[in-house]
Amino acid sequence: MIISSIAPSAKPVSIPVREILPWAIFAGLLCLLTLYFVGAEQGATSIFPGMYIHEFVHDGRHLLGFPCH
Amino acid sequence: MLVGVLAGMLASGFAWVVGEPQVDLAIGYENQRHQMLGEAPEPVLVSREVQSNIGLATGIVVYGCALGGIFALVFAYAHGRIGHLSPRGTAAVLAAIGFMALILVPQVKYPANPPSVGDPATIGSRTGLYFAMITLSVLAAIATVSMRRQLARRLGNWNSTLLAGAAYLVVVAAGMVILPSVNEVPADFSATTLWCFRLASLGIEAVLWTALGLVFGVSAERQLAPERHPGRWAGQSLR
Repeated sequence: MIISSIAPSAKPVSIPVREILPWAIFAGLLCLLTLYFVGAEQGATSIFPGMYIHEFVHDGRHLLGFPCH
Repeated sequence: MLVGVLAGMLASGFAWVVGEPQVDLAIGYENQRHQMLGEAPEPVLVSREVQSNIGLATGIVVYGCALGGIFALVFAYAHGRIGHLSPRGTAAVLAAIGFMALILVPQVKYPANPPSVGDPATIGSRTGLYFAMITLSVLAAIATVSMRRQLARRLGNWNSTLLAGAAYLVVVAAGMVILPSVNEVPADFSATTLWCFRLASLGIEAVLWTALGLVFGVSAERQLAPERHPGRWAGQSLR
C-alpha cells in the first residue's frame, strides 16, 4: 500500500550517466573535501598546522558524530 | 545540483534550530566535567561562545551543504533507476537509505561521543574504524539496492525488498562483529549525559536528513515536472 501510494503514474525519465559524470567528479570531490574539513581536519590528520579549524567546528564535529579528540 | 546544495543548507539551518537546546546541554556537561576534574582548562584557541554559536552553525551548515551536493548527485543517478518513484518519492527513499547507511548503522557500532570522552592518542585509529564502518555500510547499501532491483523481476517488490534488506543487515552485522569495539568512556562519566548526547546527535542527523529528503524532493518535483507523461504507466520496464 505504501509503495502504491507514492508511485506516480508516469514513468520517470532517468538522466544519462554521461551527463552526470563530470558533475559527479567535480562536485563530488569538492563536497568530500568539505566534509573532510568539518569532520576530520586537525583531528586524525592535518593539512594545515594548528588547531583552529578543529576548535572552530568543534561542537558540530562532536554532535554530527565524528570522532573528535 | 544547486537545488541540492540549497536544500542541504535549509536542512542544516533547521537542524541548527532544533538541535540548539541539546547543544546547550552538551556544552553544559562539558564545562561541568572540566570543573569536576579540577583540571587546568585547555588553552582557549576559540572561545566557547564562538564554538557553540557561529562555529557550530558553520560546521553543520557546511556539512549539510556538502551532503546536499552529494545527495543531488546520487539523486541524479538514482532517479528512474531505483524503481518507478516520483522525484519526491526518490528523494524520500534516498534520504531514508542515506540516513540509515551513513548515520544510523555506523553509529550503532561507533556512537557519537561528547567532549571529554575519548583518548586523544587513539583519534587516528578511531577515525579509521569509524570511516571503515561507514564505507562498509554504504557499499552494502548500494549492493542491496541493486540486488533488490535484480530480484524484483522474479520475486516482486515486497519480497525482494525484504530479502535485500535482510542481506544488508547480515553484512553490516558481520562487519560490526569483526571490527574492534571502542569504549573510552571514563568510568565516572554520567550515563544520562552520554545517552542524551548520543540521542541529540542522532536527532540532529535525523532532522537534517529528513529536511534534506523532503525539501529536495519538493524542488526536484518542480524541476522535473515537465518530464512527466501522464499517459505512460509504471511497470513497463525497469529502466
